[in-house]
Amino acid sequence: MKEHLLHKDFMGGVLMFAIGTAVSVNSATFDIGTLSQMGPGFFPLVLGLVLTVVGIVLAIEGSTSSQDASEKREKEHSPEWKAWALISIGILSFVVLARFAGLLIATFSIVFISALGDRDNTWRSAALLTIVMVAVSVVVFWWALKIQLPLLAWGNV
Amino acid sequence: MIAQTLDNLLYGFSVALVPHNLMWSFFGVLIGNLIGVLPGMGALSAIAMLLPLTYTMHAVPALMMLAGIFYGSQYGGAIGAILLNLPSHPPHAVTCIDGYPLTKKGKGGTALGVAMIASFFAASCGIVVMIVASPLLVKVAFEFGPTEIFAIMLLGLVAGATMSRGSAIKGVAMTAFGLLLGITGTDVNSGVPRFTFGFVELQDKVELVALAMGLFGVADFLKNVNRLRYVGNETNVRLRDMRPTAKELRQSFFPMVRGTLVGTLFGAMPGTGPTITSFLAYALERKVSKNPEKFGKGAIEGVASPEAATHSKVQVDFIPTMSLGIPGDATMALLLGALVIQGYQPGPQLITEHADLFWGLIASFWIGNVLLLILNVPMIGIWVKMLQVPYRFMYPCALFFIAVGVYSTNNSLFEVGEVLAFGLIGAILLALEFPVATILLGYVLGPMVEENFRRALLLSRGDLLTFFERPFSCAFMCMSILLVAAQIFFAWRGARRKQAAHSLKEIPSISQAAAADE
Repeated sequence: MKEHLLHKDFMGGVLMFAIGTAVSVNSATFDIGTLSQMGPGFFPLVLGLVLTVVGIVLAIEGSTSSQDASEKREKEHSPEWKAWALISIGILSFVVLARFAGLLIATFSIVFISALGDRDNTWRSAALLTIVMVAVSVVVFWWALKIQLPLLAWGNV
Repeated sequence: MIAQTLDNLLYGFSVALVPHNLMWSFFGVLIGNLIGVLPGMGALSAIAMLLPLTYTMHAVPALMMLAGIFYGSQYGGAIGAILLNLPSHPPHAVTCIDGYPLTKKGKGGTALGVAMIASFFAASCGIVVMIVASPLLVKVAFEFGPTEIFAIMLLGLVAGATMSRGSAIKGVAMTAFGLLLGITGTDVNSGVPRFTFGFVELQDKVELVALAMGLFGVADFLKNVNRLRYVGNETNVRLRDMRPTAKELRQSFFPMVRGTLVGTLFGAMPGTGPTITSFLAYALERKVSKNPEKFGKGAIEGVASPEAATHSKVQVDFIPTMSLGIPGDATMALLLGALVIQGYQPGPQLITEHADLFWGLIASFWIGNVLLLILNVPMIGIWVKMLQVPYRFMYPCALFFIAVGVYSTNNSLFEVGEVLAFGLIGAILLALEFPVATILLGYVLGPMVEENFRRALLLSRGDLLTFFERPFSCAFMCMSILLVAAQIFFAWRGARRKQAAHSLKEIPSISQAAAADE
């Protein structure tokens, strides 16, 4: 498995290098100016270059010490794609549903969907938790704190 | 001068003791304490979550509450560390080393008692230092121009980046990333929108609350889901166990004083987090101890000293935050953000122009610490029970609170989306072992650093040497350079040692690899 030899630092370095170059290139499209009269692009360009250099150093460091990485790897957990996806979908559903269906439905979806991400939560326990949270949401946020969202809506707001 | 200070302090107490303010202070320490006990929820996430609540409040109670959360969670962290071996708050990781063995020996109550006495003592000292030093610092600070401010901020950033946990180079990367996030939005000098990816909502700036909740809330949930089941186990602590004996008190007195000193010294330096401070205090204690072999097996000194150090550090940290507007660490950065949201410009003029806020806050620190001491004694049993709430119920509720909290900040659902984006970014960075807390420091300082850097160079007509020509600025610059040089030296030495170790281990590791291939 060649992938297993990839050190975390190497991947981190590549990531930072990518962000750094993207930022530098993007900054160059703004006016850079001179040291005494800096334009909007100057400071981001400096930061972008710093990130690029740091990324290169990190990647080199990581690739030279890849031996330890494979040893450390074994302790790690397996990825939790389902849970990650469900948590993300939960938040996204809140963003969408709060606008188009109101607070009540949005609360229901964020708690219920994200709760299903945990393997130990059954449909029933998740639903129970959700009902409690919906009650909290209605009483505390809608009734007491008067949050600027409709309780129930249909379609456009 | 002294009479003036005392007068101010009395005024501060009169502000802090107003029932309304007192109530919020109490609420803050209570919530902070609770959240500090829960693992994975530090002061940062607690303050971030309750920040929206403060928008409608007056600045004085708001700040008192947020500060209360901050040091309340410090106390709470000690409880988790000692009783359950859970470092829910990084600075307390070192307290686990000796605190948990004490619990196993059945002396958990004593350890808690000593930790609380040490914290209270150190916090009181820190407050005194703050009272004395802030007005002095303000006098000096009025002389500071953009050149000096930039130099201090640079020192803070360099210290924050290189002295955070883990590799220094990753710290630098995260600081730069944070600075970039900070300057996202419309450039104040030219009105050009930068890095908005075409979103109108980003032209203002990246929302502080969304960033903090994403990085410290959602990212944490993504990391811990299905990996953290329950939190604690059964432990019983009774009130009368908590009173240390005279011998134990004597044993822990000097460690307490030394810890306080370490904390105070480092508190004055921006960018050094409380974690490094508590580890240093622990190391020092083991150095000066007559029988260092006791450490790690339940030495009461090993609890007293680091706890004292973090608490004095936390209090002293408020000095540069309030009087210069330069936060010492990520949590301070968040508090500073809260101050700005309230419409206050932190800086030397804050103390003179908003005396009620500044002195009221100082007085509330002391009151808050007394409250915590009283509160913690009967509540510990309850906190320990709280730890039995399963994670699978906790995180969906927390997610909902985050979503609603962020929405109510600006009534913007876009910002809830920002939370998700930063949560994913944070989770990736966490998985790659980057120190994400540094991002927040960079984010808050970003606009200030750019502004002062521009102004300083405008004044010097583009001469970079200006940072070394003015005495204060030169001193700060030299300290930054020293820090970087020290880091490079240590990295070089570490690499050489590793190489030496590697060549020794070469033979077995090759045979291992060969065995794996077969």
